[in-house]
Amino acid sequence: MLTVALLYPELLGTYGDGGNATVLVERARRRGVDAQVLPVGIEDELPDAAIYLLGGGEDGPQRFGADRLRRSSFTSRVADGSFVLAVCAGLQLLGQSFAVEGDDEYEGLGLVDAVTRRGDRRAVGELVVEVEGRPLVGFENHGGQTTLGPGTAPLGTVRQGVGNDGTVDGFRAPRIWASYAHGPVLAMNPWFADRVLEEVLGLALEPLVTPADLLYAERRATLGV
Amino acid sequence: MSPRNSLRDAVATGAVRTVNSVSRWTSRGSGTVIGGRVGLAISPRLLSGLSREREVILVTGTNGKTTTTAMIAAGWARTVATNDTGSNMPAGHVAALVASRSSAVVLEVDEAWLGEVTNSTSAQVVVLLNLSRDQLDRANEVRRIAERWRALFAEEPEVTVVANANDPLVVYAAELATNVAWCDVPTPWRTDAVSCPHCTEPLHFDASSWWSECGFQKPKEVTTTLSDELVIRGTPVALDLQLPGEFNRANAALALTALASVNVDLDAATARLNALTSVAGRFSVRSWRGHRLRLLLAKNPAGFEAILRTLNDDGAAVWLAINARVADGHDPSWLYDVPFEVLRGRRVYCFGDRRLDLATRLDYAGVDQVVCDDEESPPVSGETVDLVANYTAFQDWRERTSAC
Repeated sequence: MLTVALLYPELLGTYGDGGNATVLVERARRRGVDAQVLPVGIEDELPDAAIYLLGGGEDGPQRFGADRLRRSSFTSRVADGSFVLAVCAGLQLLGQSFAVEGDDEYEGLGLVDAVTRRGDRRAVGELVVEVEGRPLVGFENHGGQTTLGPGTAPLGTVRQGVGNDGTVDGFRAPRIWASYAHGPVLAMNPWFADRVLEEVLGLALEPLVTPADLLYAERRATLGV
Repeated sequence: MSPRNSLRDAVATGAVRTVNSVSRWTSRGSGTVIGGRVGLAISPRLLSGLSREREVILVTGTNGKTTTTAMIAAGWARTVATNDTGSNMPAGHVAALVASRSSAVVLEVDEAWLGEVTNSTSAQVVVLLNLSRDQLDRANEVRRIAERWRALFAEEPEVTVVANANDPLVVYAAELATNVAWCDVPTPWRTDAVSCPHCTEPLHFDASSWWSECGFQKPKEVTTTLSDELVIRGTPVALDLQLPGEFNRANAALALTALASVNVDLDAATARLNALTSVAGRFSVRSWRGHRLRLLLAKNPAGFEAILRTLNDDGAAVWLAINARVADGHDPSWLYDVPFEVLRGRRVYCFGDRRLDLATRLDYAGVDQVVCDDEESPPVSGETVDLVANYTAFQDWRERTSAC
């Protein structure tokens, strides 16, 4: 059974981020892999899971989510082999520190060497990131500017939009993917959903035809990438 | 007002009328916003001048603004000045106040403009319906809006606030006001009020109430309650709407509470609300290429959830139309916050600019979906089909269809 844990959807799910969990589970099931979404509420114990998903959220909920995760077994479970997919606020709180209302340096979980400060202006719009030679398409809406430490690799280079700093987006660490492309980034990018799924399952997957293929092609054509 | 200002307002008012009639005459627009903009450019304080000695009710919130405004206009036993075109920023308000000199005014107000419009119009009553996510790429933080409303009502002791007691963000916004008529109406959407606006700890909900550990809670003294029966100030009201859905009963409860606070007779007002069959084309049945379509508007997750609850329970096909233009917000991520899973077992025809985003969402929800290019048409049936569309898609379908 593949368990996809959706962390604190009530706090970190501003932009339809729960969609990523649905996509992973559906794409696994359609290949005959038994899979389930496990929403984890703020008062729940952190369950064991193959992959944890973190979404976007406003300042207060983001701070609250970081505090809850700090007090949970999250860090040790990731060290023990669980995967993480984080977008937007979820990306920021995995780093050393992030900026929230009233505090420019709120302590993050420190899983990745990255620091997020307040950007000069809010980044709102289409985001296209070159990941492993293919465009990853999505939408970003955040006020943070993220600087990666010298040993941290970005997820990819920005072709349209802002991402971390206008040049690169997110980060890629062992078993961790993070991007500013929020919401259903896995829905818009079926190939990327399968990349994540293959690593989590440790299997090569058969191709799967879904309406998402048409959506991905349409977004690429519309955005000219 | 000084004579100079008064003259300036008179010139500006004339300009609004002229520009709007030219705009309508040349069919360049519905002739509301453009004239209002010209008037405001000539006299920035025009809205204040036009509101003097008029009784003003404002309506705001994420969902239900247009319907509730129309209910108040219908329920008031007088000619009413109102922005029934949906232009809910100051230019639209100016146009509405120039178009009608009635002393009774009800205006729908964009959430972000509430402070300015409340001050300019010296409104007697402000109706706060609800506050949730809408147009993600623009008004990105619903809590900031709640903060701005809160600051407004802390400084405006004269205004009566008619507020939804079951929406914690609305209660947070209104709790510092001196005169509040709290309305205990069903409010199913709670996803945006999970952590307490005061202490950020989780809010707790049960069937009839909500509270936070810090003491913030549902107001105890309520003016209006709506369950099977509507009761306003202790008096039962015979609400029997033709408009569908529990959300419209909640809108009516707030509309009637607002009317009661300006001393409108409730029985007569209720009878007029009960007679409404559609509002700005919403809920109306229209015809298109042999189809009979009931047009339903839903712009965001809370609105969609409410509309999906009103669909007939007959497993019939449903048409959905989604755009992501400026007025809709460019980001359709919210589709993943809509519980489309309830449509399993039905066939859904997908229309609109973002029909592929919709089809993808429905596919992952396990719903049978057909992507329709607009010239293509689903099979004609004799039954009325529900068509749910978001903002600009709804406008497109109103134009495309004709009266039955």
